[in-house]
Order: sequence, then C-alpha cells, then structure tokens
Amino acid sequence: MEIKTTPLKRCILLEVDGRIDSSTAPQLADTFDEITEGGEFHIVFDMSKVEFISSAGLWVMVTAQKKCKRFNRGELYLASVPKRIYDALDLAGFIPYYKVFDSATEAVGSF
Amino acid sequence: MPLEVFPANFKNLEKIRDFFAQAARKAGFDEEAVYDIEMAADEAAANIIDHAYGGENLGIIECSYEMMQDGIQIVLHDHGKSFDPELIVPPDVTSDPCSRKPRGLGLYFMQKLMDEVKFTFNGDGGNILIMKKYKENPVENSSR
Repeated sequence: MEIKTTPLKRCILLEVDGRIDSSTAPQLADTFDEITEGGEFHIVFDMSKVEFISSAGLWVMVTAQKKCKRFNRGELYLASVPKRIYDALDLAGFIPYYKVFDSATEAVGSF
Repeated sequence: MPLEVFPANFKNLEKIRDFFAQAARKAGFDEEAVYDIEMAADEAAANIIDHAYGGENLGIIECSYEMMQDGIQIVLHDHGKSFDPELIVPPDVTSDPCSRKPRGLGLYFMQKLMDEVKFTFNGDGGNILIMKKYKENPVENSSR
C-alpha cells in the first residue's frame, strides 16, 4: 500500500494505492494522525486506487472522521469510491457519515 | 481438498485472500463474488489472529477449500482459544459510527457476504470455520 498526501489551499488530498487490511491499516491511521496533529481537519480521501478495504480500514476512516468533525473544525470527504468499497461502507452503515463525491476535484472544490 | 498453512500474522492476510480468490475464480465465480469471498476470508483470518490467538505469530491458520457443484466451501482452521459467535453482539449498523465500539463488523461481514457461516470448536483441535457461497446461477445440469 502506498500513501500520498498533497497539501492544497483549503484541504489535504490523501491518495492510497493498494489494499487496506489489518496489516496496512495502522499506516493509514498514522497518516491521518499526522494530518490532524498538524492542525488540518479538511481532508479529501481519493479512493480511486484502493483495491481492497477490510473492517480494520473502515474503522480507521471512522476515527479520522470523528477527529475532523470535532468542534465543527472540518470534515473527511470521500472521492472516487470504487463500487466494492462503497458496498462495504454501505454494509457497515457508514455511508451517511460521509459526503461522497464522484471525483477528487469536485470534493476539493466543495471546501 | 487443497490445503495451505499460513503463520498467523497480518502480513499473511493478503496471501490468504489470494489463496481463496484463486479458488473462487477456479470455481467460476464472477469478480464481485470473488471479492466477497476475499473479504470474508480476510475478516475471518484477522479475527483468528486478534481473538483466537490474541496476537500475531502465535499459531497457524490452515486454509482449505472444496469445490461444490453449485459453489465453494472454504475452511479456516486455527488452534487458538475457542470462539463462540453467540457471544458476539451484532453491530447496530443504523447507529452513528462514532458511538459504536470498533468491533463486531468482521463476523457481520462474513455472515452478510457468505451464504453459510459455521463455527465448531474441536477441543485441542481448535476452531474450524466453514463458510459456503453458492453461485447465483448454478450450472444447468446441477443435481440440485
């Protein structure tokens, strides 16, 4: 799994390439922690290259969203979510918790 | 019955998923169903590491499968603590995720993604988890 973060004017763009499971989820959690500890709470997660996500990865995303939304200081937006990943989020009941955009450009523009 | 043994650690989850994904493709499942099987196997193996063994590299996971005329049966066998699915509280997927404890989703996913999920604890023999998935359109000359 490869993680790329790009600071933009109004948010941070996070891209993950690969599989998020119990082995790699801690690395994603660390990245979210670095972003929020750096004082940035507006994050766009471009999921277009995420091939697999297990419940371990889904919980990392919930924790990140919780931190971002605290005190209304920001939000984690999801972009380009592959159907299988969307289905997993839906099955877990997590979809209402996120704004989901068709593209990262659209998500970034919404902040 | 093809069998492969993996040391129980998170790095091997990918190999375990691939083992069952290849079997599912061989059984003729479409990619959507292959993904369901991969996900169920991942959650099962992660639960074994976390709960049956209580950590990484404390045992093995024996993975095997059997082709059925109308689907596939996958088996994960560990030698850790007994696991009783009845003791797992099903997640309330309609509640706010923030108020939920980050657990219980693994078994829930397995039960949602597979057609049958059965655990047996075999004393010193450990836990045997058998999951079955049926093809939506079984072959015409199926004996069913």
